[in-house]
Amino acid sequence: MENRKEEKPTYPKYAPGTHVRTSDIRDKKITYTWWEPEIQYAWSLGNAMSKFLQGLKEGKILGVHCHKCNRLIVPPRSFCEYCYGPTEDWVELKDTGTINTYSVSYLDPNANRIEEPILIGVISIDEAYPKPMGFMHYFGEMSKDEIHIGMKVKAVWKPEDEREGSINDIKYFKPLGGGE
Amino acid sequence: MIKKDVAVIGAGMTLFRRRLKETGKELSFLASKMAMEDAGIQKKDLDMVVMGTAPDAFDGIHMKGENLLDGAAGAGKPYVRVFNGGGTGVFAPIAGWWHVASGVADVCLVVAEEKMGSCYPHPQTAFRHIWDPILDRPLNPNLVWLFAMEMNRYMTVHNIKKEDIARVAVKNKRNAVGHPCAQLADPNITVDDVLNSEMMAWPVQRLDISPPSDGAAALIFVSEDVARQYTDNPIWIDGVGWNIDSTMWTNRDLYFPRYVAKAARMAYKMAGISNPRKDIDFAEPYDPFDYKELHHMEGLLLCDKGEAPILTREGVTQRDGDLPICPSGGLLGVGNPIAATMGQKVCELYWQLAGKAGKRQIPGDPRIGVGQAWGDIMQMATVMVMRR
Repeated sequence: MENRKEEKPTYPKYAPGTHVRTSDIRDKKITYTWWEPEIQYAWSLGNAMSKFLQGLKEGKILGVHCHKCNRLIVPPRSFCEYCYGPTEDWVELKDTGTINTYSVSYLDPNANRIEEPILIGVISIDEAYPKPMGFMHYFGEMSKDEIHIGMKVKAVWKPEDEREGSINDIKYFKPLGGGE
Repeated sequence: MIKKDVAVIGAGMTLFRRRLKETGKELSFLASKMAMEDAGIQKKDLDMVVMGTAPDAFDGIHMKGENLLDGAAGAGKPYVRVFNGGGTGVFAPIAGWWHVASGVADVCLVVAEEKMGSCYPHPQTAFRHIWDPILDRPLNPNLVWLFAMEMNRYMTVHNIKKEDIARVAVKNKRNAVGHPCAQLADPNITVDDVLNSEMMAWPVQRLDISPPSDGAAALIFVSEDVARQYTDNPIWIDGVGWNIDSTMWTNRDLYFPRYVAKAARMAYKMAGISNPRKDIDFAEPYDPFDYKELHHMEGLLLCDKGEAPILTREGVTQRDGDLPICPSGGLLGVGNPIAATMGQKVCELYWQLAGKAGKRQIPGDPRIGVGQAWGDIMQMATVMVMRR
């Protein structure tokens, strides 16, 4: 019985396709065509994001309420995606929060390897709710051994004259010191 | 509501490799032809065709569905391309299912194709285009960051050791040894190999990740009215489910994929499954990363939250265990041509349930299997339940 079972063919019975190695392309062993697109975009930021990014330019993290769902939302938007009603009552939030999750990355955006790792993660902003409620950003003034989930952090802002209404108006989040 | 039961009567799959010489059209043709031969079907018999293929930016061909059309036996037919990121591998067959279940088609071909190797210097470059342009992109993110952050959250909430996650990569790369299409099968890989592999974005290491791949897969679906004309042993699609959570991923706790649970409940309800842990004999959860298999076992309600690593450590999820998981070898072992992972997540259900999986066959004549895919910004789940 066991033997009969083993005689059954494995599906798929064959695996069509021709493997090409990177070197086959480099050495022009196969023919190919090449195209480098040139395309650019300018995105208008919309109502909610324009206000949020203007806030960042002024050194403030802004949130907005959905009273129906009892949410104080950041990043803010024009509507609540759950109850589908409009948001209202914008408020300034303290620039402190808790690390919800993080990574220590040795990859750049194009998957190239880098020596000095990037500390990146999600900050749950203290006054916003329900948790987690926040955004992705870099971490600094801490080592890869010190960073941990639950760590209290505070925004480090660019000097006022260098801010341009971008998420990068915050340079990174640093550990929240005892006196702050 | 559902007018016809839907049967699977044939499947096909190409080689999966980092790069294949064949064009996307040619790969679609090869996989479709195999499925049609398996089912005893010719192009003229097809009422409709569904194509699943993921971001256009990989190929650099917008209107990609139309580009692939001729290779997918779609010319002159009602044809549609569906796409929802990594969820496409199970969403394309869901779309094929509703073509037949609605009574609109008796015979439907589902083709899934991906060529990631065309994109230089690396398909990661194309992934840059999926991020939110206002808040995320200015931070120059790499897609692996997302998974690293989700994995870290999952590990920390449940206090999971990395070695218990690495066991998934070992199991799947070993399972893939029995798969003729496999890109990264490895009969000798160990947990230490995974733990010692290159650190990419902690906690994600090189062997925690499935590779980018070229490949295609295909399935033939028929209605209950004609199934017996083609085969004595149809495999039935009993339930389908899909669900997507908010794109605002930094406002969600990533430790549990609640959208997977919603999609699973939808599919189980349709399939009449009240106790998935007892009723389901094996599963093909989406495993682009080793921790995702565990995350998705929990999302599919096959175990408690945080329990999947324990089941894995105890051997329950091995091919000869009580709940075999990814007997195909999964994405980690066979490869990850996004949409074409239909080959592991749905074609494998068919091969296992039909007793055609040969070297990969689960012992004990499995009766019910569930396949699942996952995608977008950690938000999309697609689920299919099949029965012998």
